[in-house]
Amino acid sequence: MAESTYRALRDGALEGELAPALTIKDSVASPFALQVFSHVISQLFSSILAGKSQSRGLVVVSFSRSPSFYLDLLKNKGTDVASSNKQIQILDCYSDPLGWKDQLAGSRNFTALSNEALVSSNAIVFREVKHMDKLYNSIIELGKGLVRGGKIRFSIAIDSADEMLRHAPVSSVARLLSNLRSHDHISSIFWLLHSDLHEARVTAVLEYLSSIVASLEPSHQLANGQRGDLENFSLIKHNSKKGKFHVRFKKRNGRVRVMSEEVHIEQSGINFTSLPSEGAINQGLVPKVQFSLQLSEKERIDKANVVLPFEHQGNGKPIQIYDGRRSLVDSKHERPVAAVENVQTNENCGSGEIIYYRDSDDEMPDSDEDPDDDLDI
Amino acid sequence: MNQRSSNLLDEALGLDQVIEPWPLRGQVVAIEDQVETSGSFVLHHLLKRSLSPNSSNVTIFIAFSQPFSHYDRILRKLGCNLVSQRDNSRFFFFDMLKLQCPDGDEGITPEGGLIALYGKIHKTISALPEISWKNVSIIIDDLSLMEVAANGSSDYVLDFLHYCRTLTSEFDCSLITLNHEDIYSSEDRPTFFIQMEYLADILIKAEPLATGLATDVHGQLTVSNKGRNKVSNFHFKVKENVVECFYPGRS
Repeated sequence: MAESTYRALRDGALEGELAPALTIKDSVASPFALQVFSHVISQLFSSILAGKSQSRGLVVVSFSRSPSFYLDLLKNKGTDVASSNKQIQILDCYSDPLGWKDQLAGSRNFTALSNEALVSSNAIVFREVKHMDKLYNSIIELGKGLVRGGKIRFSIAIDSADEMLRHAPVSSVARLLSNLRSHDHISSIFWLLHSDLHEARVTAVLEYLSSIVASLEPSHQLANGQRGDLENFSLIKHNSKKGKFHVRFKKRNGRVRVMSEEVHIEQSGINFTSLPSEGAINQGLVPKVQFSLQLSEKERIDKANVVLPFEHQGNGKPIQIYDGRRSLVDSKHERPVAAVENVQTNENCGSGEIIYYRDSDDEMPDSDEDPDDDLDI
Repeated sequence: MNQRSSNLLDEALGLDQVIEPWPLRGQVVAIEDQVETSGSFVLHHLLKRSLSPNSSNVTIFIAFSQPFSHYDRILRKLGCNLVSQRDNSRFFFFDMLKLQCPDGDEGITPEGGLIALYGKIHKTISALPEISWKNVSIIIDDLSLMEVAANGSSDYVLDFLHYCRTLTSEFDCSLITLNHEDIYSSEDRPTFFIQMEYLADILIKAEPLATGLATDVHGQLTVSNKGRNKVSNFHFKVKENVVECFYPGRS
């Protein structure tokens, strides 16, 4: 299911439509958004290199980590980054986002290091993170340089939306993301978001801008946030290695698909597995009351064997319409009574059956047709 | 004696084995505490470890909370002489008690405020031989007071912390901060506080016991080491010359 997320990004945008956008959302209780984000980056970049994706390049807008973090990440996954600098570029909003180093260098109080990390063929330093329009232009320029114009598209990864929201109002950030999504050269875009750093409405704005929202939640909810006892500590320990991964896809036809998986955090990376069986969860959810809410095996077989009294399907008997003026006793003498035993009933099982008399002829008889079929949607 | 009793904390931080090169290099360590359980002892312990004779570590201490004499007195009891370390250029003390950031522009001028402080730290580290860069620890005591000095602008403090973080990538040094959880607990959304939790590679929380006050145990420490994917929890008792750390049930 995490696969279908990255596949949607890989397949990219259709002509004349907005590019798919993914929000990866977490909270302090399960702070794994970065791991998921890194996973998506490496998967997407591999498919870019292999030529399997619509986009031909990746622009990483990095606020929270140094460019070398991403280059090392890709190197560790086996990508030869040195030769692929034509396909990945990093807009470095980490090293000097507010231009402090420039200012200090100007006042001669500061010796800027000739830092190899800053000067690299894969990264460009950006110093004006408070200006979303300049950021937008830099992203587009970097991306176009990567794919060298034409009809070719590139993808954008933003780490993270929180930093953008810290430096600029939500309306500017929303405008930037929206413009990026509508740009002809953008294939797909995804970003990281820590939901507990913002008001609910801010998170909602970014979710509205996304076609896919992936949220990470703790496996176990802690009792009232107190880390006091041992039990809570073991839950904390559990939550530090595992979490739930929920994805909500907004499809083109308007339908929404929701899927869930379990995510495991290991030293080497992350793994996605399907959630423990639904039955196990449901068992736990059935409230403990004095009446039996479950069916036994025999009861289920009996239930399955009851033939539903749809008149149009027929059961070999004449259709009776209940005539309220006569009692049932009288009618017994005048008309042959509908046989109690249904000929289709399996004689071995219990005598479960439904006897139905239609009230009057005015009622439409049942039909197999779907009355909505003639609707033209 | 010191070695043995602080072992659990050292173990959780990776300081129980070799400390050269500094095991916390390139990492951000955030200490969180409350009024009932002060986390300063963790700061003092890390300072002491960092200035151990077995290592060539350099510490830059940024003090918003107490003057030099306070730390000197405490570290002396722990067996560390800050004056001689300062004279040997292993300990740099930046007294920020009187810092008041200029109003309005929030320190856009590089002459004053947090930008200048960043510049000063950068200059101090650059002046050291390159081989020592990864053995540098920057300690900030404490963040809530830095926020006060910045006229309440948590954004400005976060910007400063971001630049300090770039130092950890640039020089591979470590950044150790102390913040108080209960100051922010009344807020609906303690953004500043939560930001630190996200930034930290190692999170150390000092909290009271769920069962309340006790004479033998002062509180509990929970150390979350993201790099090693390990969470540890144990009790502590702060004594005159040492801090004892032990698992629950064994004083």
